[in-house]
Amino acid sequence: MAEEAIRRRERLDRGVKVRADTVYAISSWKEMMFLLAPRAILIIGLLCAPLIAPNLYWQRVMCILGVYALLAIGFDFLAHFVGLICLGGALFIGVGAYVSGIFNHYFGLSPALTIPIGTLVGALICTLILLPTLPLRGVYFAIITFVYPVVAERVICAAGVLGGTDGIPGLTMLPNTWVNQYFILATILVCTFVLRRLVNEDIGVVFRGVKDNDQAIRASGISITYYKAVAVFIAALMGCLGGAYLAHLYGWVGISLFAMDFSVFPLVATIVGGPGTLVGPLLGSIILVPISEILRAFGALRIVFYSLIMVLFILFWSEGLLNWARRKYEQFEHWVKV
Amino acid sequence: MNIVVYGLINSLLLVLMALGFALAYSVSRVPNFTHGALYVLSGYLTWIFLNRLGLSYGLCIILSILCVTAMGWLIYQLTVIRVRGMPTSEIIVTFAISLAILEFLRWRGLRGATYVLPVFHLSTIHIYGVPVDAQRIIAVVITAVIVLALWLFTHYTKVGLGLRAIAQNERAALLLGIDSDRAATLALSLGSALAAIAAITILPMGNINVATGYDVLVSAIAVCICGGLGSWTGTILAGFVIGFAQMIVVYFIAPHLAMVVALAAVILILIFKPSGLFGRQKELEERV
Repeated sequence: MAEEAIRRRERLDRGVKVRADTVYAISSWKEMMFLLAPRAILIIGLLCAPLIAPNLYWQRVMCILGVYALLAIGFDFLAHFVGLICLGGALFIGVGAYVSGIFNHYFGLSPALTIPIGTLVGALICTLILLPTLPLRGVYFAIITFVYPVVAERVICAAGVLGGTDGIPGLTMLPNTWVNQYFILATILVCTFVLRRLVNEDIGVVFRGVKDNDQAIRASGISITYYKAVAVFIAALMGCLGGAYLAHLYGWVGISLFAMDFSVFPLVATIVGGPGTLVGPLLGSIILVPISEILRAFGALRIVFYSLIMVLFILFWSEGLLNWARRKYEQFEHWVKV
Repeated sequence: MNIVVYGLINSLLLVLMALGFALAYSVSRVPNFTHGALYVLSGYLTWIFLNRLGLSYGLCIILSILCVTAMGWLIYQLTVIRVRGMPTSEIIVTFAISLAILEFLRWRGLRGATYVLPVFHLSTIHIYGVPVDAQRIIAVVITAVIVLALWLFTHYTKVGLGLRAIAQNERAALLLGIDSDRAATLALSLGSALAAIAAITILPMGNINVATGYDVLVSAIAVCICGGLGSWTGTILAGFVIGFAQMIVVYFIAPHLAMVVALAAVILILIFKPSGLFGRQKELEERV
């Protein structure tokens, strides 16, 4: 009887990775490059992207990519570091856009003021209206946050406030396409790196505790609701910034800013890019937004396409692109006999 | 009087919409976020069978219920079974399938007044001077029968008790010889069948469109949250509370706000009584 060889794949950290993990040991250029290369590629790649974009249309796509990336990073942060699956991206976008739109239209402030105001005030409003739902977890939180933008849309339609179905037109536009692009790209980079640092600080430990075992956090005398609210505020800051920016990019706010795309897209980008990495969602957006632009002709079929990608990735490749790439970059793999 | 009669009917319709979701999620803890999508899909299938294939109405209804039940079975066997036990992935997968179904139907052009199912019986009855059409009466009767049947099923039959068992403690259920995958498949298929029955009963009162799918899912979840998990009494009572509140708001304020009422009900319940009106499974740690 031929004996079936049972093998398994063994993974070992590369030596350079082991040394580079402990900061004091980085002594050679090689090790510094090992750490710097992926970050440098991301930063330089993003900063060069507007120069490569062939025409005004693709430069516009770049701006929208930035907004989606902000939402996706916020989603990943909430879902995989705090344990809140927030499908309310459209709420953040809509509230941020409306707040800055109101300040611009009714008070005549310039975008340099309304974008920060929209970001801060919008994030406060979002946190306040999400506050009662924070005790919910998992499924219920996901669905309730998904409903918020729909409800906001209906209230604005039914009550006819804030321009009703027509929205508020004639906002100040941002100065020129280069400022537009570099503003949002710089914001993404800052947000990504700040968040990556934040989740490794003390507060990040509490966040992960809330996700993994909230009863233990409670037993330590720490208020879960407070930390959840802080986390939602952080994600809402990014979303509202995206919204305020979109308002001035289009020069118009309307109920289409509460559209479902803003809620669903971050989810897809996160799953494709690599959940729980914070850079993964950015990567996911960089890949998916252009594809989605190319597929624009298919209309509603685009969401079908996203959804199927999402199902396939979760079922067959749940680690996503970035986790896979990182494994390849940091580890040797080889087959060993058991 | 209008408000009382129609509030009553609206509440029971809400309960009927929520039953499938409640059976799958709040009784057996199998998420079925395709509920709304399957609801619309079964309406659409019935319409196709009726108008494109020209079958008789009764046959169409049976066929579409069977198709949707099979869909539920397939969804469990092909997708959910692979991510069972990981709540986030379970939600995302079923939610994505639901989006795919609904947006596909939207792409097929499912909107407007073309897609209307015929009512079962065309006549009007007066209850205390309020005219009510026969379809609504039939829907109320069907709801009552299904609720009673489900209550008996989940309390007195072996299979039904198995469904409740896997929600409470899956490992203990396995030890007692309950095949948890089979029970979960059953829960999802039955939930889908109930969604189909609800759709076929309710849709003849309006037309079939994609937005209904999202509304139904949200109403179902609102009813389940307000009622508390695992309690049929709570589910029905919550149906009444939300149903009457919606009717009053629609009657006196504005018809667009029905969904806002459902959301407001959820938020109020969460603030004042987080485990729901009759929540029994607070210890299951769904909420903090």
